[in-house]
Amino acid sequence: MTGLGDRVWRGTTTLAALAIPASLGVISVVLLVGAWPTLRETGLALVLDRSWEPRSGAFGVAAALVGTLETSLLAVLIAAPLGIGTALYTVEFAPTGVSRVLATICDILAAIPSVVYGLWGAAILVPLVRTVVAPALQAVGGRTPFFAGPSYGAGILTAALLLALMILPFVTAVSREVIAAVPVAQREAALALGATRWEMLRDAVLPAAKTGIAGGIALALGRALGETMAVTMVIGNRHELSWSLLAPGYTLASLLANEFGEAASDAHLSALMAVALLLLLLVTLAVNAIARRLVRTVRAGLAAVEVTR
Amino acid sequence: MRRATLLGVTLGLAACGGDPPATPERNANGRTGSVDLTGAGATFPYPLYSRWFSEYAVKTGVKINYQSIGSGGGIRQLREGVVDFGASEAPLTDAEIAQIPRGRVLQVPAVVGGVVLVYNVPGLTAELKLTADVVADIFLGRITKWNDPRLAELNAGVSLPPDEIVVVYRADGSGTTYVFTDWLTRVSAAWAGGPGHGKDVRWPVGLGAKGNEGVAGQVKTTPNTIGFVELAYATQNRLPSAALRNRAGFFVAPTVNALAAAAAGVENRLPGPNDFRVSLVDTPVGDAYPLASFSWLLLYQAQSDDAKGRKLVDFIRWAVRTGQGSARALDYAPLPPALVTRILATLDGVSIGQ
Repeated sequence: MTGLGDRVWRGTTTLAALAIPASLGVISVVLLVGAWPTLRETGLALVLDRSWEPRSGAFGVAAALVGTLETSLLAVLIAAPLGIGTALYTVEFAPTGVSRVLATICDILAAIPSVVYGLWGAAILVPLVRTVVAPALQAVGGRTPFFAGPSYGAGILTAALLLALMILPFVTAVSREVIAAVPVAQREAALALGATRWEMLRDAVLPAAKTGIAGGIALALGRALGETMAVTMVIGNRHELSWSLLAPGYTLASLLANEFGEAASDAHLSALMAVALLLLLLVTLAVNAIARRLVRTVRAGLAAVEVTR
Repeated sequence: MRRATLLGVTLGLAACGGDPPATPERNANGRTGSVDLTGAGATFPYPLYSRWFSEYAVKTGVKINYQSIGSGGGIRQLREGVVDFGASEAPLTDAEIAQIPRGRVLQVPAVVGGVVLVYNVPGLTAELKLTADVVADIFLGRITKWNDPRLAELNAGVSLPPDEIVVVYRADGSGTTYVFTDWLTRVSAAWAGGPGHGKDVRWPVGLGAKGNEGVAGQVKTTPNTIGFVELAYATQNRLPSAALRNRAGFFVAPTVNALAAAAAGVENRLPGPNDFRVSLVDTPVGDAYPLASFSWLLLYQAQSDDAKGRKLVDFIRWAVRTGQGSARALDYAPLPPALVTRILATLDGVSIGQ
């Protein structure tokens, strides 16, 4: 009887586990089949050409591809130090009450729907960038091409700032958990050896938490790459390649959000499928590559520790 | 505003009183809780449609489930037979109809809507006057400053700032874009030879925003902007809208009456007995607003399901007669009565149960 129960359990959980690869498989196949006409017709021009004109059959997403990478990487660059810093503070320095409040606020931020971020971005952040952030950046780096041209508020930088805010809770929450999970004994050992608090964090806590933090960042990057509504509302939706972070741009996800509903022609629909496939590939590759690379460095780091020990 | 809406509801409900009794299918089918008809398509007339559906459900018990997923999606779902009817801003061309294998598609006007040019120019209190060639050149990036001589000439006595004009366009494909570019293509050779006419075009300059609400929001929060939205969005967002010069040479502000004027006499210009594909853009009527358009309902001429077909035709009959009473309160103009007669005749030609 127990044998039967075990088998049923095993079968059920196996089925549950299979659902994940199965859905990824189904999604990939559907996208690949849908995108096939475009991939055959347009080929590499899809990612190399920047003119996107559905009516004349030009499907180049170079601008949106660059915009996607640009906004997401910039968002991670802003959110990662901020998130890790917040996590260190809440775990190591803050009084229990404060850290509990901070953790709750962080969880609330993570639960805000993206369209709400978008509305806030369009109503508050866009004017703020136009009137405060852009003039300040231009005063400092106005001569560089990165802050050239007028700011309309909506643009690459605004999207990156909004994304940074949206992924901050992920980086913070994951970092907080893994930093808290570092054994107390390890910290005490470092302190007992005469390390200062900063040295203890740097040499005993952060190295041990590195993998987990990297995981949090990878998760956040994945979310930033795929974020749709909020970015669409603040990026200016323009197929344009510009050095200036103040210029309007596009992302793959917002291209899909904008055009899927009204795409009636088969060619247009297929091109959008190709965009979706590209986005899927990008998210999967980015997240996996980062995670893998960091796991490897952490392993190497641990091995080095073993050797010196 | 709220009072006007309430009044509209009351009038709409009062108008229902004179309608023919509920369809017999309701009793035959029994249950009223389930969905009887499904439709999909345009977002532009959705506020009006959703009021129609709820009024109609109260009156006849026929439930209609409509997804406002965009005209393109609605046409696709109609083509695949997923929905009973579609809704679109842009009527299908003969070539597009020919591509639909399930049978001939009828396109009937449901209501008249308008597109308005909204702007945000700090310090400007007077109503801006614009002509189509000036609007085309602004959207082409040829007129770049608010104090351009051509703008100043149209708006004598108005002080316009020397600032750069920021154009806001629809990033998503839309019926609003279709109507707006229809107008620009008719009156500007440069526009016709450049971006052209369609639901999505390549905009030479400006910022893209998603949806009417996105354009309205962007214009509202960014100084020196100009954009185009459906009339209701300009009213709701309290954005100033430009008076446009019509074909008769008058500057007309976007009002429901001026939209209704654009459709006046349209029944005399129809291309065929069951063909209503007439543009309401730049019509020659003296007090007509030049950026007006029909919103369309799409259905198969031969209905395969007897009960559903009858319900659908009954609903559209109701919509083009009684339903028109709700139009004004939501910033749409009712169809001209003579056109309604023609539409009813076309609906009589729908074959049900083959």
